[in-house]
Formats: sequence, structure tokens, C-alpha cells
Amino acid sequence: MAGEAQSEGGLSFHPLQQFEVHPLFGEGPIHWYTITNATLWLLIAALAVIGVFAWGSSGRKIIPSRMQSVGELGYDFVHNMVVDVTGEDGAKYFPMIMTLFLTIAFSNMLGLLPGSFAPTSHVAVTAILGFGVFLFVTLLGFYKHGLHFLGLFWMTDSPLVLRPIIAIIELISYFVRPVSHSIRLAGNIMAGHAVMKVFAAFAPMILFSGIGILVTPVSVLAIAAIYALEVLVAFIQAYVFTILTCVYLKDALHPGH
Amino acid sequence: MELAAAAAMGKFIGAGLAAIGSGASAIGVGNVAGNFLAGALRNPSAAGSQTATLFIGLAFAEALGIFSFLVALLLMFAV
Repeated sequence: MAGEAQSEGGLSFHPLQQFEVHPLFGEGPIHWYTITNATLWLLIAALAVIGVFAWGSSGRKIIPSRMQSVGELGYDFVHNMVVDVTGEDGAKYFPMIMTLFLTIAFSNMLGLLPGSFAPTSHVAVTAILGFGVFLFVTLLGFYKHGLHFLGLFWMTDSPLVLRPIIAIIELISYFVRPVSHSIRLAGNIMAGHAVMKVFAAFAPMILFSGIGILVTPVSVLAIAAIYALEVLVAFIQAYVFTILTCVYLKDALHPGH
Repeated sequence: MELAAAAAMGKFIGAGLAAIGSGASAIGVGNVAGNFLAGALRNPSAAGSQTATLFIGLAFAEALGIFSFLVALLLMFAV
């Protein structure tokens, strides 16, 4: 992270430098097949998920070991969330939601390691997840209910005069869903990491100026506090992403109001 | 030339104005959490089943603040 000194703003590095995607091997333009640091950290997240659950499910004792407890708690947590929000018939889609949750939670958490890269801080990554969920849910709704799925936009319990207006509003809010779904995750992770790096850039000021003797201790403490907040945010955003997926899934399975 | 200078200045003013939205969404998030707590303390036994609703509400209130943050970032680095 110790990049070249930038004179602009007096910070020793740019707070957004950490989000640069660069090829791992050699230089040059990035194509869709180029192996970048984003690829690497997504791979590490996938391997970590496989590792935790392979290790956790290897023993299968009545009295669980620590790793088995972690696996069971994670499984129960997501399973209860799916059943609570979508109902019993949503449990069929539990594997997809569990995969989403684990991918996001592990890439968020691994992105917090110093010097690492958070793939979920890029809208390109989260938009694939968000639009994937949107497409899946919309197609599932039409497959399950045919044209009755459009009843989602036609509020039968509101006055007839208002229904077309409400239908337009509902339609707009339906199509904004994937945008807000993906940008919420990327924005939260990016904002948190940028704030941390801004405070980190304040910390070495003691080397450069007299006022640093006041700024540096506050800044170092603030990094610790923001880091603790970011650990919380990393988990909560994964939770929010999955629970909204469950809500959208519920709309597709039961479009009636 | 003056036009370019005004545009460069305006983009930072716009970024600052967009940041107001983050503060407004902070008020919204505080409202959601505060009202949840007020309700939860009146009926603690029902609070546990409503945490999912709490987080959905928080997420919706927060999304708009994130949008304005994004607009500020776009103005500063992309425009």
C-alpha cells in the first residue's frame, strides 16, 4: 500500500489506490481472461469457504468440534433466515442463498486483511450478483405463475383510480431493485475501506509536520475503531444482501398481496 | 478557459452538496433503529422475531445515502 507520494492534499497515498485492479503476472491491458488481484481474492474466498465447510463436516460428531460448530451455526443461521422470510417452499432455494451469503461474507472479511483486496468493493462484482438474483427471481416468478406474476404490480386492495399510478411506481421500484441491491454492498464496502485509508494516511503525519504530534495518536485510535466497525459492516452487509434476496424470492413465489 | 475553471470548481461544490444526502440518510437510519428500540423495550418478547424487518428497513434507508456518496465520488473522480 506504500505507493508513490502524492503531493495532492498532503496525504502520503491516495485513499482510493487500494481499489486498483491490476494483472498479477506482467503488465498490459486487462482482458476478461486476465488473472488480476480480484480473481486471486475471489479464489481465496472460495477456497476458504470450501476449507471451513470441508473441515467442519469431516468429523460429524454428536458433540461437535469447534469447526463443526462454526459450520452448523452458519448453516442454521441462513436456513432459518430463508424459512422465516420465504416460507417452507422457499427452502428449495436454500443452496443458492447459502452460496451467495458465504461468497459475500468471506470476500468482505478477507478484504479486511491489511494489504488485501476486497472484490465486493467493485460494482462490477456486486452487479453480477445483484442482476443475477434479479433475473433469476423474475424468470422464476413468470415460470411459477405465468402472467399472474404481473399481479405484483396491480394492487387489488387500493382504489381503482389509483391503481395505474401505483402500478407505475411499483414497476419503477421493481426495476431499481438490482441497482440498489448491488450498489448498496459495493458502496458500503468501498466507503468503509476508503475511510480507513484516509485515517491511515493521517497517521504518518508526525514524520512530516509539527501538528502531527496531535493528529497521529487520534488517527491510530480511529483506525482501530473504524476497523471494528468495518468487521461489523462486512457481516451485516452480507446478511442484508441475502435477506433482500429472500424478500425478492418471496415476491416471486407469492406475488399476491 | 474560464468555463473549464468554473466546471472544475462546480464539480467539487456538487460533490459537497451530494454529501448532504449521506447525513440525511443517517437521520433515517437513526429513526429506524430508535423506533425499533422503543418498540422492542415495550414488548421485548416480540423483538427477536422482528430483527429481519429491522435490517431490511435499515438497508432501505441506508441505500439512498450510499447513492449520494456514489454521486459525490463520481463527481470527484469520474466527471
